[in-house]
Amino acid sequence: MANQTSVREALIERATKVANDVAAKHADDVDKRARFPVEAVEALKQAKLLGIAVPEELGGEGATLAELARIGGILAGACAATGMLYAMHQIQLLCILRHHGGQPFFTGYLRECADKQRLIASATSEIGVGGDVRSSKCCIVRDETHFTYEKQASVISYGEFTDDILGTARRAPDAAPSDQVLVLVKRDECTLERVGGWDTLGMRGTCSYGFVLKARCPLDHILPVPFADISSQTMHPSSHVLWTHVWLGIATSAVSIARKYVRSEARKNPGVTPPNALRAAELVSALHTLRGSIAGAMHEYIERYDDPDRLAGLGFAIRMNNIKISTAEQVIPIVNRAMGICGISAYRNDTPYSLGRHLRDAHGASVMILNDRLYGTNAQLLLISKED
Amino acid sequence: MIDQIRGVLRQHARLAVDVDTLSADADLYAAGLTSHATVNLMVALENQFDVEFPESMLRRRSFESIAAIQSALAELTAG
Repeated sequence: MANQTSVREALIERATKVANDVAAKHADDVDKRARFPVEAVEALKQAKLLGIAVPEELGGEGATLAELARIGGILAGACAATGMLYAMHQIQLLCILRHHGGQPFFTGYLRECADKQRLIASATSEIGVGGDVRSSKCCIVRDETHFTYEKQASVISYGEFTDDILGTARRAPDAAPSDQVLVLVKRDECTLERVGGWDTLGMRGTCSYGFVLKARCPLDHILPVPFADISSQTMHPSSHVLWTHVWLGIATSAVSIARKYVRSEARKNPGVTPPNALRAAELVSALHTLRGSIAGAMHEYIERYDDPDRLAGLGFAIRMNNIKISTAEQVIPIVNRAMGICGISAYRNDTPYSLGRHLRDAHGASVMILNDRLYGTNAQLLLISKED
Repeated sequence: MIDQIRGVLRQHARLAVDVDTLSADADLYAAGLTSHATVNLMVALENQFDVEFPESMLRRRSFESIAAIQSALAELTAG
């Protein structure tokens, strides 16, 4: 029930166990080798955490958006790539959950997601559309029973390791670039030809390679709602809510390491407050401010969740872009300051206080949809929007 | 009013088809209206008709066809 704010502690405990026992253990290796976090994803499947958003009547646990966001953050604190792919997967699942229109194929598919814990990747970006997900070059071509779908996807994160792919395309060969549908492609219905690698500063384990995707699927794999509506009601707001929680998870983990460092300093000389304790206090304040603003944005979404008209408003789109921008702007300084507190111990890559990976992963926040692009969108929307 | 709306569309909507071939009910998004161009269209309509669209009208649906635009404008200029 994505439109609710409740959080069940039992779910959080299950996620924390996966984060601590599995994701954290492999995070450095995932990062070093820029490899898929296979152990963490397997553990998430074992713990039945991939399909929890599916409603109980279809075999899931009806996880709330607040629960999914918290879990993404917890995982990201242990291994940012795992947290990010968890968030991306849930965004796809939420799009299907909300927009399947009761079609038998999709209700069956959702059961499978709960039962088999299928992992879903996203194929929204495309070569030649300038990074605009609301515009497609490729189209689906229908025959009596099936459609074919071929896409030059500039990025499909974890595409090589996913079970299924949810992708955008123009509705038909003669449709305009913005006249899009969202289709589900099961792994055995497509071929993926990998194009290029993923050797990045951070978020290395998401393995976000480019692909040529070629698929032929039954017609009932097309979601029955225009992508324009899916985007404004679900994909755009849930992406920003879930991503920001991932970055918050990275920041929280960095601050927690800095605090541990200050505590260890304090223990060396009881009775004397270490000089960097003040820095840590400032940092915790900054973290709590960030946490509050992210929670605020999430609650604004949840509050409007069942009102498509208000979700389609420009003011809301601006608000969601802003939480992404401001989180990205805050998370990097927070990790930097945590590093300043721990000094050389954070700078080194071989101490319990190492923060190099956090810092590199945090930088993903401002380039994963470039902040300037979102500022550009908001600048334009503010020419017409009057909402405060 | 319809002619003026068509004129604004011709100048600012950057459609994939000739505006004159569109019926009043034709779906402008299907005709190639992008979200980016929608904002330009809204600004141009505000200028042309000397109105301000309230936030509640700033929805895709209010601008999805010539008829929808006409009814939005009629609502604003009625009072």
